[in-house]
Amino acid sequence: MRNFIICALNWVDERFPLTAMWKAHLSEYYAPKNFNFWYFFGSLALLVLVIQIVTGIFLTMHYKPDAGLAFASVEYIMRDVPWGWLIRYMHSTGASMFFVVVYLHMFRSLLYGSHRKPRELVWLFGVAIFLCLMGEAFFGYLLPWGQMSYWGAQVIINLFASIPFIGPDVAVWLRGDYMVSDATLNRFFAFHVIALPLVLLGLVVAHIIALHEVGSNNPDGIEIKQNKDPKTGIPLDGVPFHPYYTVKDIVGVVVFLIVFSVIVFFAPEMGGYFLEANNFIPANPMATPPHIAPVWYFTPFYSILRAVPPMFNSQFPGVVAMGLSVLVFAALPWLDRSPVKSIRYRGPLYKTWLAIFVVSFFILGYLGTEVTTVWGTFDKETWIVGGVDRATVVARICTVAYFLFFALMPWYTKYDKTKPVPERVTG
Amino acid sequence: MAEVDQKRRRFLIAATSVMGGVAGAAVAVPFIASMLPSERARAAGAPVEVDVSKIEPGAMITVEWRGKPVWIIHRTKEMLAGLTELEDKLSDPKLDVPQQPEYAKNATRSRKPELMVLVGICTHLGCSPTPKLKAGSEEGMTADWLGGFFCPCHGSKFDLAGRVFQGSPAPTNLEVPPHYYMSDTRLLIGEDGKGA
Amino acid sequence: MKNTLMILMLALLPLAAQANEGLRLDKAPINPSNQASLQRGARIFVNYCLNCHSAASMRYNRLRDIGLTEEQIKNNLMFAAEKIGETMTVAMDKKEATRWFGAPPPDLSVIARSRGADWLYTYLRGFYRDDTRPTGWNNVVFDKVGMPHVLSDLQGEQRLVIEESVDARGNKLASHKLVLDKPGKMSPPEYDAMVADLVNYLVFMGEPARSTRITLGLGVVLFLILMLIPAYYLKREYWKDVH
Repeated sequence: MRNFIICALNWVDERFPLTAMWKAHLSEYYAPKNFNFWYFFGSLALLVLVIQIVTGIFLTMHYKPDAGLAFASVEYIMRDVPWGWLIRYMHSTGASMFFVVVYLHMFRSLLYGSHRKPRELVWLFGVAIFLCLMGEAFFGYLLPWGQMSYWGAQVIINLFASIPFIGPDVAVWLRGDYMVSDATLNRFFAFHVIALPLVLLGLVVAHIIALHEVGSNNPDGIEIKQNKDPKTGIPLDGVPFHPYYTVKDIVGVVVFLIVFSVIVFFAPEMGGYFLEANNFIPANPMATPPHIAPVWYFTPFYSILRAVPPMFNSQFPGVVAMGLSVLVFAALPWLDRSPVKSIRYRGPLYKTWLAIFVVSFFILGYLGTEVTTVWGTFDKETWIVGGVDRATVVARICTVAYFLFFALMPWYTKYDKTKPVPERVTG
Repeated sequence: MAEVDQKRRRFLIAATSVMGGVAGAAVAVPFIASMLPSERARAAGAPVEVDVSKIEPGAMITVEWRGKPVWIIHRTKEMLAGLTELEDKLSDPKLDVPQQPEYAKNATRSRKPELMVLVGICTHLGCSPTPKLKAGSEEGMTADWLGGFFCPCHGSKFDLAGRVFQGSPAPTNLEVPPHYYMSDTRLLIGEDGKGA
Repeated sequence: MKNTLMILMLALLPLAAQANEGLRLDKAPINPSNQASLQRGARIFVNYCLNCHSAASMRYNRLRDIGLTEEQIKNNLMFAAEKIGETMTVAMDKKEATRWFGAPPPDLSVIARSRGADWLYTYLRGFYRDDTRPTGWNNVVFDKVGMPHVLSDLQGEQRLVIEESVDARGNKLASHKLVLDKPGKMSPPEYDAMVADLVNYLVFMGEPARSTRITLGLGVVLFLILMLIPAYYLKREYWKDVH
């Protein structure tokens, strides 16, 4: 038996670099031995991607991308298809959990400088994955054809309509109609189930290949390749990914699956954040629900959009600000001028700005789920802000803070006090 | 570095793999099951009720059950008598191949001798055979024909009990679907009924 | 900067609490595992709601999930359908309905998921006489509702009383109160219990898989917690090499 396996493996290896790939990416890929909690989210993102693709394939077997049938076909999945409810809840929960995992994965980078040289391309592929994911979420959200699906798509497409000169035509082109309609649903389905998933998969492969080319960063922000065993050439602070990080990631996966299952089985609506109540009303082009908000993972950016006042009779500046608030992440490797990577050896300036950024992000995220009058309005007599909604003022402050985190980064990172970085990884 | 306890490792690997395997198999179940007929398909494929009192002796009707033609043939005395003469010309006169429920494993392949219920799909490649109920050459068959069915696709021949003749490409007799009589005149196709 | 923001946040907190106005909904006293209540609710649903409202995603045979047999469903609950596998549709014409009520009666398959149990419970008990409305009815949680009070023979007729008062800080407050003018066949507690049964059924119908989901979930989570044990020790065993 054993001989047969070795023979078969040799046969394959002469034709396809199976063993070589196994070694290069797993058994002889040396990762720093000091990964902590924040390093689980890469493998978890991969897990959620698999969940989404598999559940997605099975949902397309029953879903109908037709404005007249879509809403009922989702309920058909929830009731008539054997286990359809489970597959659908896994997919809807997976969508939100994808963003949870990816946001934490990105935050890890801000903590330990994983985007810094030589990992700029890893980071750029990652930002592209994030953009792709936002597209996936947006296109996919139209498919249940509920009220929130419909009006969410309506609002986002109208953002494109605010582009000067060509905007209205672009919006019509995107919709394939003069309003969100069957044509829009049909093409969003195509984007959601095949176009973007293909791009996403390609980007994920590129992300991992680029990472394995340069090697992983670590909580100390040290390049482990600079300290190799002179005899073997293996980094002294590295351990082979397999078995050490595979067994560790299994623990992460099981813990994640517990959280995931608790949501799927006991709170699939997650208090209206994962599945919104209004989306159980079929799309009605004649009546907008009294309060529409995007799903939680878009709300920080949506808040920025709302916070920017219309200028020159146009909403376009807000749209630009929103677009910029996502795209600015791509510039991070070049904005950060600190001599150290990890937050462990950075000074108070970076730590403060990171805290401001995180707090702003959360406040913006919260405000995006609420109407702008949620905190009431300032009295008419108040200085400067008289008559303006309190929430809008807070959102504006947070928006400015959000952008200052990036805009001032070249300076505060350069002049920040830093601690000496050790030769070898700690802990 | 401490001494490696290989036994402990092997045990833990096995324990984790087994549980992971069980989890994987359990996850596969709902996905595979989701491809089975849905409640809608089941409702559409539910048993069909037929009034058999209107079928003239020597005639047949076709009803749809699960998207397939089901024939109900009202056989006359002469037709029934003909069935017994054919046995040595048939591939499976003893009904050894289970192409019928237990209660139809008899000389007439039916619950009531005169009423024959058959799925009208040829067991060769799935065409629907043409009824040639009349004996003799009147309907284009040979003179010794006693009535039955002829498949236009590859020439399989069946008698009035759906039994296949020797020399036909079809390997087995036509299928008798589950059915039972709710009353003298009401037939339900798709269920075996109580006590079956 | 960070501290300023924090202070700002704290200052705004009480406002957030205050801004939440609107009519308070009554808590629906429902129990999804009470099959008798669900069965009573199903009977009320087919008798009173299913004449105008469809539940096009709900199949009659799904009522087996609340402890009914096929015979019981066929004999007691199926008025508009022939086969047990059919969905709960109505014959009412959409255009006609729009002319009568201003909008076609919505399908009720997932109404409990869009409105919530408490809203439905308050709504079905919140009809009052309003002669300015074409149907003669209005509702405390759904102003200018198009639907007439189909349960009025059971509940009777209510009148809306608005009492205005001034609180300690000089703000005007209006409290809404419903007064029963003409009693119906049921006493108010009986009527409330009947509505609770109906809402209980509507919640069941919104997601028939709910009870399976929860039972299965317990097993899945328990299994995963068990699986965590060997997985954790496996990790610890291997990492002895590193530490």
